[in-house]
Amino acid sequence: MNSRHAAWGIGLAALIALPFVYRDPYHLHILVLILIWSFAYTAWSIMGRFGLVSLGHGGFMGVGAYITALLWNHLGVSPWIGIPVSMVAAGILALIVAYPCFRFRITGHYFVLVTLALSGIVLQVITATRDYTGGSLGYTPNRAPSGHGLMALQFDDKTTWYLIALAVWVLGLLIWRWVDRSMSRYAMEAISEDEDAAAAAGVNVTAEKLKITLISALMTALAGALYCQYQMFISPDTVSGIAVSLQMVFAVIVGGLYVSLGPTVGAVITILLAEVLRIGFGTKAVGWDNLVYGVLLVIFIIFLPKGILGSVLDRLKTQPKPSGSK
Amino acid sequence: MQAFLDIFDIYLLEAVVNGILLGGVLALLALGLNLIFGVIDVTWICYAELVMIGMYGMYYMVQVFGLPYWVAAPFAILLVAALGAALHYIVIAPLLTAPPINQLLATGGVLFILQSFATVAFGIDFRNLGIRLPVLAIGEMHFSYSRLLAFIAALLGMLAVYFFMTRTYTGTAIRAISQDRQIMSLMGVDTKRIYLITSALGGALAGLAACLLVLQYDVHPFVGLSFGPITFLICVLGGLGNFVGGFIAAFVFAEIISLGGLFSDLEWGYVLAFAFFIVMMFIRPAGLLARRS
Repeated sequence: MNSRHAAWGIGLAALIALPFVYRDPYHLHILVLILIWSFAYTAWSIMGRFGLVSLGHGGFMGVGAYITALLWNHLGVSPWIGIPVSMVAAGILALIVAYPCFRFRITGHYFVLVTLALSGIVLQVITATRDYTGGSLGYTPNRAPSGHGLMALQFDDKTTWYLIALAVWVLGLLIWRWVDRSMSRYAMEAISEDEDAAAAAGVNVTAEKLKITLISALMTALAGALYCQYQMFISPDTVSGIAVSLQMVFAVIVGGLYVSLGPTVGAVITILLAEVLRIGFGTKAVGWDNLVYGVLLVIFIIFLPKGILGSVLDRLKTQPKPSGSK
Repeated sequence: MQAFLDIFDIYLLEAVVNGILLGGVLALLALGLNLIFGVIDVTWICYAELVMIGMYGMYYMVQVFGLPYWVAAPFAILLVAALGAALHYIVIAPLLTAPPINQLLATGGVLFILQSFATVAFGIDFRNLGIRLPVLAIGEMHFSYSRLLAFIAALLGMLAVYFFMTRTYTGTAIRAISQDRQIMSLMGVDTKRIYLITSALGGALAGLAACLLVLQYDVHPFVGLSFGPITFLICVLGGLGNFVGGFIAAFVFAEIISLGGLFSDLEWGYVLAFAFFIVMMFIRPAGLLARRS
């Protein structure tokens, strides 16, 4: 146990120290993107690992990004207030959709398709209110006057963003771990096996599912808002809709659904793949990254449903382990 | 005031009729998806992308190779049918015993593949057949012939499927499998073959839809996203695997989109339709026609 904690501590210290030693802006940019998306994927996996496959997370992300940006541009509300507001909005949206879903036992395919409708709604509303949101052309938060960067949560400095993203990513892992250690995990695993049996055993099925969904939606909205603040440009295609939802599912499945660092591994693989293809092929690469994603996704689901990290860890576990380690 | 009402009514009627015409094609798409779901118990998330490939097929045969529309259409249908069978053989067959979610996600991967394949192979430009059918004017209402043609062809296609399912041995076997999966293999029906035929049939319906949609819409790699989600929602609203429910739900949805679009932008029509879907899920979770248990 101790060696494990030490490894985490050293790894984290190395990650914190990194931007002070190494300052290549492009590489830091990639790292920030990886951290933000890892956080979003972790948020998805908190639900997904219990069989609650949601394609609505693109919607939550869109709500987080757009409400934060709209409050800032139209009402001048600082993202420090705007982000919590957008998270609350995403949470309410999640509850409105999820409560009846769970109450009426909408599971499996049906749950996937209801959440698909949710991300469809968010995408269409963003496109339809193009007078305010810029529609499919995208939207840019107004630049804060110089000296007010902190208030507007806008920093030109990559190092600051890296540290923010790192903190949020660690927060995501802590939440994942907290859920993993809590009673909720046992309740949710029982529910995903057999809802009726779980209910008979005294599990409040609806409440447990709602709790997990709410946590996941709040985290996803935060990821959307951070992405918006970092990139300073959002469009319905990049933060909302079905494509984004599928992208989350894909990355998590590739990395590993049932291990804490799985979504992170998925984010590293997908983002590096996209960047390598973009640099290697230039503008000709349009479409190629998704083609490779798609093929990988199908291959993974058929041959490695536990994902890369999950399979590697399984391989390690089956080998004789030294005494004392967990 | 009277004049205002007259105009209003004509637009309303036009929207209602256009909704019915749109409903025909949506019902065709929903039938294909329902067939796959009812028989194989798999949701093809990439169904609309098959339609997109079919539309490109039509575009290339008509615009590039210069075939007449009526000659190209059967080829396009065959092409998508083969694609459907291949999809089943390569992706679904190895996953038949996997959890349903994995099957759904694998077809999600195929969605990525088809979309990006189209982007890579055909580029992101909007293409069309260059065929402009005339517009039918009744009184002050205007309907395009392409929509009427699509509606009629969709109905004929559905009728053909109906006769196939009720009058042939294979059709009967398909219906029997959708009722009891285990027993039918004991009764000497080759389930693998039936699954393959069903997938090809589902593909053929997507191909037919492609031939009809390509008359009305420009084709581009992401065109599937504009009617794919709607098709799933229709199937779920009608009850997955319930053919009649899907048929009715298609027209309900088409009317909501058409009428919603009349009073505001088309996007709001979609928003209304999606919201209606979510509300209906809570009122009738097992589909419009489901009996309360």
